[in-house]
Amino acid sequence: MTATLAPPREPGSPASASSRRLAERVFRVREFGIVAVLIVFVAITAAIQPRFLSITNIQFVLVDATIFALLALGETIVVISRNVDLSVGSVLGISAFLTAQLASQAHGLPLPLVFLAGLGIGLGFGAINGLLVSLGRVPSLVVTLATLYIIRGLDVLIVGGSQVVPSSYYPSFLTISKATVGGIPDLAIVVAVVIAAGAYCLRSFRSGRELYAIGSNPDAARLAGIPMGRRIFTAFALSGAIAGVAGVLWASRYGTVDSTAGASYELQVIAAVVVGGVAIFGGSGSVVGAAIGALLLQTINSALYVLGVSPDWDQAIAGFLLLVAIVLDRFISLRLTVSLRRRSARRGQ
Amino acid sequence: MGHADEAGDRRADARPGDARPGDAGRQEAGRQEAGRQEAGRQEAGRQEAGRQEPVRRAGSEDGAGSEDGADSPAVLSLRHVSKSFGAVRAVIDGSIELRAGEVHALVGENGAGKSTMVKILAGVHQPDSGTVLVNGGPTVLHGPAGAIGAGLAIIYQEPTLFPDLSVAENIFMGRQPLRRGRRIDGREMTTEADALFARLGVRIDPGRIARGLSIADQQLVEIAKALSLDARVIVMDEPTAALSAVEVARLFDVIRALRAGGTAVLFISHRLEEVFAICQTVTVMRDGRHVLTSTLTGLTAGDLVRAMVGRDMPERIPGERGAPGEVRLTVQRLTREGVFTDVSFEVRAGEIVALSGLVGAGRSEVARAVFGIDRYDAGAVTAGGRKLRKASPTAAMTAGIGLVPEDRRQQGLVMEMSIQQNVALASLSALRRAGIIRASAEHSFAADWAVRLSVKYGRLTDPVSMLSGGNQQKVVLAKWLGRRPSILIVDEPTRGIDVGTKADVHNLLDRLAGEGIAILMISSELPEVLRLADRILVMREGRLVAEFTQADGSEEGIMAAATGQLEAEAR
Amino acid sequence: MDSDLNAMAGNAAMTPEHIAGEEPGPSPGASGGWGRLRPAMRWESGLVVVVIVIAIMGSALSPEFLTANNFFNLGLNTGEIAIMALPMALIIISGEIDLSVESTLGMSSALLGVLWADHWPMLAIFAVVAVVGVLAGAVNGLLVTRVGLPSLAVTIGTLALYRGIALILLGPRTVANFPAFYTNAGTTAIPHTDLPWSIGIFIVLAVIFAIVLHTTPFGRSIYAMGDNAEAATFAGLRVKRVKTSLFVISGLASALAGVLYTFRLNTAVQDNGTGLSLDVVAIVLLAGVSIFGGKGSIGGVFLAVLAFAGLQNALLLTNFNQEATGLVTGGLLLISVFVPNAAMFVRYLRQAARRATRRPPSEPALSLPRKDT
Repeated sequence: MTATLAPPREPGSPASASSRRLAERVFRVREFGIVAVLIVFVAITAAIQPRFLSITNIQFVLVDATIFALLALGETIVVISRNVDLSVGSVLGISAFLTAQLASQAHGLPLPLVFLAGLGIGLGFGAINGLLVSLGRVPSLVVTLATLYIIRGLDVLIVGGSQVVPSSYYPSFLTISKATVGGIPDLAIVVAVVIAAGAYCLRSFRSGRELYAIGSNPDAARLAGIPMGRRIFTAFALSGAIAGVAGVLWASRYGTVDSTAGASYELQVIAAVVVGGVAIFGGSGSVVGAAIGALLLQTINSALYVLGVSPDWDQAIAGFLLLVAIVLDRFISLRLTVSLRRRSARRGQ
Repeated sequence: MGHADEAGDRRADARPGDARPGDAGRQEAGRQEAGRQEAGRQEAGRQEAGRQEPVRRAGSEDGAGSEDGADSPAVLSLRHVSKSFGAVRAVIDGSIELRAGEVHALVGENGAGKSTMVKILAGVHQPDSGTVLVNGGPTVLHGPAGAIGAGLAIIYQEPTLFPDLSVAENIFMGRQPLRRGRRIDGREMTTEADALFARLGVRIDPGRIARGLSIADQQLVEIAKALSLDARVIVMDEPTAALSAVEVARLFDVIRALRAGGTAVLFISHRLEEVFAICQTVTVMRDGRHVLTSTLTGLTAGDLVRAMVGRDMPERIPGERGAPGEVRLTVQRLTREGVFTDVSFEVRAGEIVALSGLVGAGRSEVARAVFGIDRYDAGAVTAGGRKLRKASPTAAMTAGIGLVPEDRRQQGLVMEMSIQQNVALASLSALRRAGIIRASAEHSFAADWAVRLSVKYGRLTDPVSMLSGGNQQKVVLAKWLGRRPSILIVDEPTRGIDVGTKADVHNLLDRLAGEGIAILMISSELPEVLRLADRILVMREGRLVAEFTQADGSEEGIMAAATGQLEAEAR
Repeated sequence: MDSDLNAMAGNAAMTPEHIAGEEPGPSPGASGGWGRLRPAMRWESGLVVVVIVIAIMGSALSPEFLTANNFFNLGLNTGEIAIMALPMALIIISGEIDLSVESTLGMSSALLGVLWADHWPMLAIFAVVAVVGVLAGAVNGLLVTRVGLPSLAVTIGTLALYRGIALILLGPRTVANFPAFYTNAGTTAIPHTDLPWSIGIFIVLAVIFAIVLHTTPFGRSIYAMGDNAEAATFAGLRVKRVKTSLFVISGLASALAGVLYTFRLNTAVQDNGTGLSLDVVAIVLLAGVSIFGGKGSIGGVFLAVLAFAGLQNALLLTNFNQEATGLVTGGLLLISVFVPNAAMFVRYLRQAARRATRRPPSEPALSLPRKDT
């Protein structure tokens, strides 16, 4: 009556290893994708206008990119936890001004202290953001929107109509952004190291993984006992601190600091982060990708300039790229889920 | 091949605010119609599930150690607990003893008090009276943390995993093994995860991300997580609801492994054949009271049903319904790849057709496709004489169809809105004049229906969230009845409702059929089906496999068709 | 009471609200219709108080404050933002957001400038600007509803894209030779009133929006989908269609605002409107519209516009640094989101106290313990 029973196929067979490889491959593709686009862009531009690859130009691009890459690092930490920090531009601005004042008035002050001041300023504001978001149960969009206004307002009040000019700085302050090693700006190297360190921490420490968890499924994170308030607070504090440091670099790079420093940076940073593969709703993405995204956007700006394309096109292109990036991501993630599910189902039978 | 179930895409991906039409995301008792049935299923799987002939055979399939139960100490128990929520007495006298190495079933109709008992075990509620005992000693479980500390883990029907993280990380989040310098030791994590899965007798790659895992695999990850927390008691809530036959068999192997490892398992299910297959002891609850606790040896399914229901056979509602009238709804060869295949049936005026089957058979998906919430790939739906445009709820509504969905909180009601607004939500065009909703018309409309359905409320302007489950369901019904549908589809109409309101709803459906409405009722509750339906269609794995009339329908017959037992036996 | 296990596993799993059993909170703004006036009125009443306080403060600061002339200037400066706030409120109530409004304004301003410089007839220009506004909104709407992208990300992208288009269109040029007929309308009052044209338009639009939002099925569906888009779909409401149309309306309104803005300043330049998106969002949130969707009212928007304008103006009169008014806007924004939460928090504390005194002290833990790291 009943035929012999064949044992059900073992789940977890080789098919699942390939599921993992598939998923990883897709996500790696995302980062390689941006790098590829970057390389293509650079190649084409250089072919048309060799000046693009001149040492000075590369240095300029790298220095500009590093400031954004730093901001992207901080923003990524916040975004992967399913939050957003819109106040980074304002924090950068106020930190730039205050530290520039320091640098121009306290000539004997060792440079590291100036950086520390910037970091402290940013940390303070970041902590306020963090407290408001984690304690107040208010969406970070609204909180950082408000602090964006408030901090910019403070900045304007403090700055008044004045500005700090490069001639008032002591020389070593200005050279931070100019110093190079073998042609590569020191700044780029340092920031690259910082970003690598950040990536490592996010990957190898529990608190980093917990940030991803919070962004991936906040309810599950709560159930798992993750200290959400503490983690989110730290994320915002870090984002603020990094923006503060970026402010110091900004002052050094651009020299003249008035009350408009850093205005509208937050949206450019978010664009860079999203283009770099960080999901806007958190849970996935890497700081390395975000940094490359920042580099890509700055390179495009520079390339356009060098090619004689009016800088007016920068914004449009950045916006367009952002849209392309999120549409692509959506399709990739849908396909991925479908194919992972299909493999899983096939396996289970 | 084809796209998988859209609803399934969201399962491992539950993001608040991300709900989409047709998203069967956060179901109440989590009855996911998973329906990922692939064409080339293993016959072996079917036969293995069919092997369980539970109903008449005494005792469970597992011989070894099943007599231990009475002697080992209770790891966790409740004695004579009671719990009320305001006027609702959810549990009047409940007791249960969970012992190490034993699989204990908890059965009872919806509203019997099972879930409240589990919440008490989980520390979510404190009992009004009675004792909670851990290892024989009276304790107070301080919230979920206390329960976890006492070694309890609950496997929900909706596993809450982190879709973007790996399986291993999901298991160990927050407790990842560390190496020097407090850095995560990935290799150790993988090894430990492998060991956990080995204990369970399954193989899942710990390195793969959780997104895309089938529900069955997600459950296994949750079980592995529970083991890693040294859970002494694992509660499984309707674990087989969304699983295929093969996956059920695999889960049972895992449960046996847990037993062998000394874990106590609390198995909550409506499927009696499974209870007999895997459990050693059973506790039956009815109307908030504990009615029966016994080893399963010597018991029959009939005994259990009697204990659950308090009577022998469900009585047919004495109906004055005449013969069914014209055909109102025709579904022809409806197919959605991977979800349901070649489904055809008719519903006539004045008829109640029940669509039965195990959860996961594809019934809700068919209903949603008929109503236009989901797409379908082939076939046709004809209502009110014309073929319906697919994927258009508006077309369905115009043709006179109403759908009372499965999940009333997530799909049926807008919780922030008032009772009045919810009742009126599907009839706004009818209530307007010169483009504006007439407030008085809305009010009397809602009041009228509230009276007709005996909804208990404070004021019509109260938020609907204040009502009990049963009354909320009535509001959803009112919303659709207010449109005077000619075809009404109800999906699990009495799930999670108290017994009194359930009777109300049954009488209502009977009355509606008497007034000439064609009713398609999806239900997993066989007594309900047998009480109300004129015809019973059974779906299994996406196909219609059997049809019974009221006369020749029986719980066993339906169950057999739903689980494929008959087919297996016929070979 | 749902005796259902999976309610435990749901989103509100172990949180206090779920355990305690929800009571309706003091919701800012009516949740559709005229029902539940009391909680609705709480927020608006608060706003009325705020407006009165600002009026008092303002007149204390300067005798000029409560003059018709001042009202006129007030209106002048906030007219465009007010107009954009109306569709923004609807979008946020429906559960989405549109950050691109400032760039649509800029794009329409640039278009106006370019076409005028090219000697197009003004009426034709209006038509083109309107069409472009509709398209801009449609792009947002389609990306959100058809492709399924989050509106925050999409509108950040179009914010940049549309500004970029404005830049490309106009370049570094400034067009400032618009006909006096239109520029006068921008700076003079409507005859027999003290209101600038933009405010007049705002008031008319506010009335229309209020009627639509609070009394029509369309408006009711906006509340429903903002609260629970799935249930709205199951009730046969056409979520995608409605949301797309809201984005289109927003685009159109922003285009209109762009025209008004350009005429008022008699200048079309590529950075017109920069920074306004956040002003608009701030006003809408101040109005009591919940960022989560499903709650809010046009009355609140009206009051918030009054409060915002009054505040800006009062600060102006005190010679408060104009550019720092953001500080006050931000502060207002924070207050407007923390007040409802504070009320809920206080209520929760009171509930917890009540429970503690009623039963043996075995409270469910508020949160799971931290794992040792």
